[in-house]
Parts: sequence; C-alpha cells; structure tokens
Amino acid sequence: MSQFSDRIPLPPVDAQTTNLTCHFCIVGCGYKAYKWPRPQEGGPAAADNALGLDFTRPLPPLAACLSPAMVNNLRDKEGQDWHVMIVPDKDCVVNQGQASTRGGMMASLIANGQGVSASRLTAPMVYGGTNWRPAGWEEAIALYAGLTQRLLDAEGPDALLFNLFDHGGAGGGYENTWATGKLIFSGLGTSMVRIHNRPAYNSECHATRDMGINELNNSYEDAELADVLWSIGNNPYETQTNYFLVHWLPNLQGNSVAKKQARFPGETVGRGRIIFVDPRRTASIAVAEQAAGRENVLHLAINPGTDTALFNGLLTYVVEQDWIDREFIAARTTGFDAAVQANRLSLEECSAITGVPVAQLRQAAEWSYRPKASGHRPRAMHAYEKGIIWGNDNYRIQSALVDLVLATGNVGGRRGAGVVRMGGHQEGYVRPPFPGGRPAPFIDEAVIAGQGRMLTAWACDAFRSTLNAQQYRAVVTKRAAIVREAIDQARGASTAELIDIIFDAVTQKGGLFVTSIDLYPKPIGEIGHLMLPAAVPGEMNLTSMNGERRMRLSEKFMDPPGIAKPDCLIAAEIGKALQALYTQAGNAAMAARFAGFDWASEEDAFNDGFRQNESELVTYERLRALGNNGVQLPVQGLENGQLVGTEVLYTERFATEDGRARFQPAPWSGLLPLAQAQKDKYPFWVNNGRVNELWQTLYNDEHNPARMGRWPATLVEIGTADAARLGIASGDLVELYNDYGSTQGMAHVEPGIREGQVFMMAMGRQGVMGDLATTAVDENVLPYYKGTWAAVRRLGDAAYSASVTGKSRHY
Amino acid sequence: MTLSRRNFFKLTGLGAAAAATPGAFAQNAMPGSADAGRQAYPVQPIARLDALVVNQPLDFAYPDAGSACQLLRLGHAVPGGIGPQQDIVAYSILCPHMGCPTSYESSSRRYKCGCHFSVFDPEMGGQQVIGQATQDLPRVLLELDDDGSIRAVGMVGLVYGRQSNVMVQEVSA
Ligand code: SF4
Ligand code: FES
Repeated sequence: MSQFSDRIPLPPVDAQTTNLTCHFCIVGCGYKAYKWPRPQEGGPAAADNALGLDFTRPLPPLAACLSPAMVNNLRDKEGQDWHVMIVPDKDCVVNQGQASTRGGMMASLIANGQGVSASRLTAPMVYGGTNWRPAGWEEAIALYAGLTQRLLDAEGPDALLFNLFDHGGAGGGYENTWATGKLIFSGLGTSMVRIHNRPAYNSECHATRDMGINELNNSYEDAELADVLWSIGNNPYETQTNYFLVHWLPNLQGNSVAKKQARFPGETVGRGRIIFVDPRRTASIAVAEQAAGRENVLHLAINPGTDTALFNGLLTYVVEQDWIDREFIAARTTGFDAAVQANRLSLEECSAITGVPVAQLRQAAEWSYRPKASGHRPRAMHAYEKGIIWGNDNYRIQSALVDLVLATGNVGGRRGAGVVRMGGHQEGYVRPPFPGGRPAPFIDEAVIAGQGRMLTAWACDAFRSTLNAQQYRAVVTKRAAIVREAIDQARGASTAELIDIIFDAVTQKGGLFVTSIDLYPKPIGEIGHLMLPAAVPGEMNLTSMNGERRMRLSEKFMDPPGIAKPDCLIAAEIGKALQALYTQAGNAAMAARFAGFDWASEEDAFNDGFRQNESELVTYERLRALGNNGVQLPVQGLENGQLVGTEVLYTERFATEDGRARFQPAPWSGLLPLAQAQKDKYPFWVNNGRVNELWQTLYNDEHNPARMGRWPATLVEIGTADAARLGIASGDLVELYNDYGSTQGMAHVEPGIREGQVFMMAMGRQGVMGDLATTAVDENVLPYYKGTWAAVRRLGDAAYSASVTGKSRHY
Repeated sequence: MTLSRRNFFKLTGLGAAAAATPGAFAQNAMPGSADAGRQAYPVQPIARLDALVVNQPLDFAYPDAGSACQLLRLGHAVPGGIGPQQDIVAYSILCPHMGCPTSYESSSRRYKCGCHFSVFDPEMGGQQVIGQATQDLPRVLLELDDDGSIRAVGMVGLVYGRQSNVMVQEVSA
C-alpha cells in the first residue's frame, strides 16, 4: 500500500528515471519509475520537479494521472531510504499518459516489506516438521535438483510435471520463458507440462495460426481507423482498458475522422461503429453507448456457445449479397468454396440458433461488409478474446470467424482491419519446441489419475485457474499430504536423506512433491513442500511485447526482496545444479543437456534466448534507446542504428508454405456434450471473466486492502428478476453448484444481466469459478470454461453490503 | 532544485474562512506515516442543515476556491455521514483519475465521470464502483455545529491536480 493520502512528495529533477512497462494486461502501457533519496523532494514549480508539472496551482483536467497510490517508500539493502513514484508516460504511444486502475497501482505493490508486499516470499521456504522454514538457495536447489535427478533417472522425464507460465509481463517475458523452456524442454525433456491458465500445453490460437494468421496481426492504430470495430467475447473497458480508452474511444467519438481522411483519400469515412458479440450486457457496452451514441452500437446478445453459428450465418449472407472480396480471395487464399459449402447456414437458421433477430444480423452485415457510398468495402476490425478462446470448441469458432474475415478481405495488410485476439497478459514467448506434440497431454487429468511424481507450479496457480478445479485441488492436496507425512517423520535428515524419503513417498505411496516458484505463497504452494521466491519487473530487466507486438525493455530500478531472484536465474540455478550432479555421476550426455546456464544476469538469458532464436539485432541497449515506444516485432532491420519494426503483418504473404491464407471448414455442431449435459440439468449459465479492478488470480490484489475493500469476495453478477425470485440482494453470499463442484461468491444485482445467466469472476480466491467448469475441451484440449451451468442459492448476508457498493457497474 | 518541505514551504490558500476563524485549524493525521504529514486544513462553514434537500447536491469549494466539492444529504444513514440522520456527506467532485469534473446522477445516486467512465458511490464513502482511478472520491470531513451549520474541517484522499490538498507555495529562503 502507498504510504500517502492527501499529500505526495514530488520527484526532484535529478531523480533516477527508468522505463517500466505495466506488469499487468496485454496493452503494456508505458510508465516512468522515479526513484530518489528520502527525504528530498522536488519543488512545486514545473522547473523544480522531474514531472515538469506546475503544482503551484491546481492542474487543469487531463494534465496528469497521479495519485497517492503511485508513490511509495523503499529502504534498500544498504539501508538507504527512497521515494518511488511510478506514473504513466505521456510520450508512450500506447497509453499516452493514461493509467488504468490496475497499472496505476504499481507503486503501491513494490517490495518494501510493508503493505501488499509484506506477504512476498523473500527466501526459499522448505516444508518440514509440519511447518515452513526459510532456507538458503543452496539447500533449496540441492533438494529440488537432487530429487529431479533421482526421478529422471528412475522413471524418465514424464515423472516431472510443470504448470508453467507462457506469457509476458510479470511472471513471464522473453528472459523467463526462454530460461524455463531451455530447462524443461531441452534439459529435462518432459512433455508433462501445462500452461498457466489451461490444463495442457497448447495454443489458444491453433486455428488462426493453422490458417496462416498469427493472432496479433495489426496495430493499435487500426482501431482508430476502422469503420466498424467488432468486440467478440471481449469486454475491453475492463480488460484491455487503455487500448480501448486511448485507441477505440476516439474512433467511437468521431475524433479520428481527420486521420481517416488523410489515410484513405477518396473513401467514405466517418465516426466508427461498434458491434459487441456477448451474451452479457457488459460495462464496455454501456460505455460504448455513451461514447458513440446508441445508434452506433450493436449488441448481438447471442445464446451462450453459438458463435460458430453466428459467423457461419454472416458468411453465408455476405456471399449471397456478394459483399466479399473476390480479388483478395483469388489472389491470397485457398479453400474458399469448401468453407462456404461446409459453413452454410441461412440467416433464419442462424437467428434460431443464436437467438439474435434476423434484422440485427442484417444490420451487422450491412455496417461491416456492404460497400460504402464511395464504393470501398468497409474496414472492419475483428477483435476477440476469451468468449471465443474459452468458448464452445475454440478451434471451430476461431476457424468460422477467420473464414468470415478472409472472405471480406479484412486481414492481410489492410489498415483499419485485422482479426486479432485482444489478449490477457503481454506476450514474451521464446522456447525450444515443446516435446509433447499436438494434441498435448491433458495434464490435470493425469495428475488426478495419479500420474507424475513431482509438480512444479511456476508463476501460476491451477487451484484457481483450471477446470474441474475442486477435484484437482482435492487430489493434489491429498497426494501432497502423503509426502508431507513422510517428511514429518524425517527428523534431522540431511538433504540426501530427505530426497530418499520423498522419492519413496512419491514412487511407492502415490505422493506428489509440490514446488511453487512465485512471488507470494500461493494456495497450490501452501499445500506443498518447497517455495522459491521470484521477482517482478522493476526488480529485474524484462522484455515482452504487447497486443500490437510492441516490444519494450522494462528496466530494473530496485532489488527483489530478500534473496528472491528473477525466474530466469532460478531456472539457471536448477540447470547448473543438474549439470553438476550429472557430471559428478559421470553421465556426460545428461550433463550436456543442462549446459549453457552460466548466466550472470537476465540480459544473458535474453541474449541466449531471444537473440539466438528471434532476432540477433535486438539488444538491451537498442531497446533502451527506444524507451517506452520500443519496436513492433518482427524487426525488419536497423536504420541509423535504430531498430525498425512492423506495423501490420501479412501485407504480402501469409504464414503458410505457399503464402496464401487457408479457409477452414467449420460447420456448426452444437454445444460440446459435457457442457450440454450440465445445461440440461441446471438453470443458470455461469458466464465468467475478469473484473476491471482485479488482476488474474489476485496474486497482488488479495494482499491489497484497497482492492479487497471493494472486492472482499468473488463477484457474482445476477439480474434483477432472478435475484428477486431467489431472495438475493447485492452483498449477499451465494452458492453455485453443479455436478462438478460448488463454490461461492458475493452477489451483485446488475439490471442488465439476462434471466437464467450469472457472471462470475473467473479466478477468485475464496470462490473459484473453475470448480464448476466441466472437462469439456476442444480437439487441442482447450477448455470450454464458458460452458458452465449451475444452480444458484442464497447462503446468507455476509455483511458485505455495509462496506461494498451495490450500485450498477454500467456507466 | 531539491527542497526539504519543512524548511521551505509555508501554508497558503487557507482562504477567507480560515482567516475569519482565527486558530481554527483541523489536523488530520494520516495514519502510519510521517511522509503523509499533518496537513492544516481550514475550517469552513458550508451550509445550514435545514437548507439541504435530500438527493440535491450543493456546490462549494474546499479547501480553497480551486477545489470544487459537493455536499449531499442522502436521507438515510451512510458510512461517514454526519448529522442527526448520519446522512450528510461531501466529496471533491474532480475525478481522482485525471481530474475531469464528475457529475451527480440523482436517479442512481452515483457520481459519474464522462472522460474515462469512472463511477463513484457517495453512499459508500465515495467508493469507486467501476473505473480507472486508484483512489476513491476524496472525502471532505464535516462537522455539525450546535446551531445547525455544517462546516468542512479536513479531507481524506488527494484532490486531483495537487501535490497537496492544502496548496503550498515555495518561499525564497
Ligand atoms: S491498461 Fe493494462 S497495461 Fe495499461 S495500465 Fe492498465 S493494466 Fe496496465
Ligand atoms: S478523468 Fe474521470 S475517469 Fe478519467
């Protein structure tokens, strides 16, 4: 928490200034971190503070984004006291000086041993004698590497399970994905790995990639240039806030018309329109109506899981109307006829399945695909996120959507267009190939079935972020307890003896040794045996890219707490230890697999990973020179020593062998059976997703009183009529249950929610939506988290209504 | 230039109210921090209790003329409310995100900011209902006199556009 309330210190002009990319969402807003010795302060005159702002009189509106939450104190390891201020960077083209409520909190979270950060892990923790105790790195790594080696030798790599981040930003980035990939794929060679938010090692975007189109193919500026913005299964005000506010909003408010005129001479242009595809009326829809006027917003409130039918209906209709781009289809694609044939669905059938009136379907098609007055085809940008990714058969929906986009020529270099995922975290992926193939093994089911001996949860917590989560938690906890019981008997055991004891518990007794490598003790770590303390951006140098492939160097300005380390260097420690163990054992072949971890810093990991595999030209120094604007990948080359990037992908060739994008047949086929079975049985569809003020599994937020004051329990939005029928008021505690599990949350009565639907925050702490999620997955093991149905009942009044607002979240 | 504020700042902008009420300064110590300082707030009469109409905000400025605030009587007890019914509250109406003026929507009893759509609940201490600010609506601390007049005596939270709620001015040494 920030120390400040109604007065803040200003950074003096000579304050140390570094660039920091927001840790949190995909947008990757640029921030400046100022650090200066306490109790110095800059003066209020503009010339006397590093912000260059005149505080001798009140600033005019929109002059700054600055609050007490953006300032904090810090005592470093030498005992020097500092002030730290982290504010959004006006010169960053992404956020242009704006902070969202999430990024704006970064200074409140810094590791100063107080407030939120008092809960950080500061040293490795080892379980023993029914308790946790701190340990040095040497001991912790000896235990981890020693047990790993024993299992690897005795049972092979698939005894080693990993739950592993694959993203950018905090708990990710090129340095860290590379280091972990090198250790786990090249070194250990296990295929028993799953990604942070899903039960297998797969892509959220297999379909679009198979069609030759990476999911991040345009620039944020394209949202300013589009005639129509599609927001599909996506709530951008709450989840990609500054992308929406800084780049979509001006278009919806008619403020980018001049830019469009300049870019597209002779073409009819005007204020942008927006089409939402979402069963729920979201906060974003309410905001868009306010910004653009209701007449420019279309909400296609489809029945849950019917996206494929929607896109197929629209595809069939635009082909009939001949609003397609025949020239583009002929020159740059293959498979058009077969896809049109397979996906054929009349507007009437489409309406019957999706529940969207035919008139709305027509209107959407007219806005988006009917040639404009000037004769040009509209520029329609199609943005999607978890409504599709966690939707009813990810692969099929994504194929159907991209078919529609390809038919109308809205990808492949055209500005104001693109078919893009909006994203969750930033990206920052560079790893050796995953050894597990496709479809990847369903790891969480394997764990439940008793497979695997050692599970490492790296910067993620499946207890809060998997499907069938209740059973998963129960089994992992039970298997971990077997190991705990064995360890509890090991009094005075050396590390080597302890390894023997654990080896016996996991190979003979069904136990599972659980390690968590993370910032905080996490629920999945707390039932386990070893915790290793990691670092966040600001405590290490880290590179990632945002949703327009904009890569930045987020610079270190302070140390990690205690003896915590960047994840990449933890991976390196493990790698070096294994190399030493195998060298000792005289196994040169195995030792060689763990070579190349002699890194002194995260920059060494970057040079080994990103530069060897992606682009040699990108160096820390060159990125530093580009500041918070960075460079959009892929890098084309150097101009005057500066990296030159790529604004839009596929201007000439798509990412296929012949350079042509591929249509993929994707006929509508109903709901995945496991989801359908719950739907048949339970009255409420449990939609789920993120909430504006909270970030992912709440790993910071749950320690932040400011956040927990607003959200002391997991949000469950319910409509007025259903709430009245069930006797539920805002602030009440409610239970949700189905055949998979039961969970609970805090009711919030939101008038816009349809009958028979609720919306639950996805990865809460006391209420975990995944407890209700079925094991329905697509052909690549992508979960259908959104395909959840349950019953709802009132548990009682938990007194939340005395401290939590019950007012509508819709503007 | 680097300054130590203790030595180089003096309080200004206390306004006529403070001048007219000698010695009447409220001290709001911010818990747990020397840095937060103890700001000396002016004591300023705002309105008479009997002049307030439920759900109709009353404009005033506090702690100086550059800080727009509103006084609001809600008709039922609310957190932080004063008066016989504990229903009177006051807030800075500058959005704590980036300073656009918020407006009170009486039908929903919410303060709304049209710039980036933050929404605040005056019936819950100014809590952000949804939005992009990193603090709730700054709250004006109120007191009720025996004679029925309401006065502002301090604030919780930083008013947009300021380093300090009570404006400070550099003084040459
Ligand atoms: S919009 Fe996303 S990246 Fe930007 S400040 Fe907010 S959380 Fe951070
Ligand atoms: S200024 Fe009010 S929400 Fe941004």
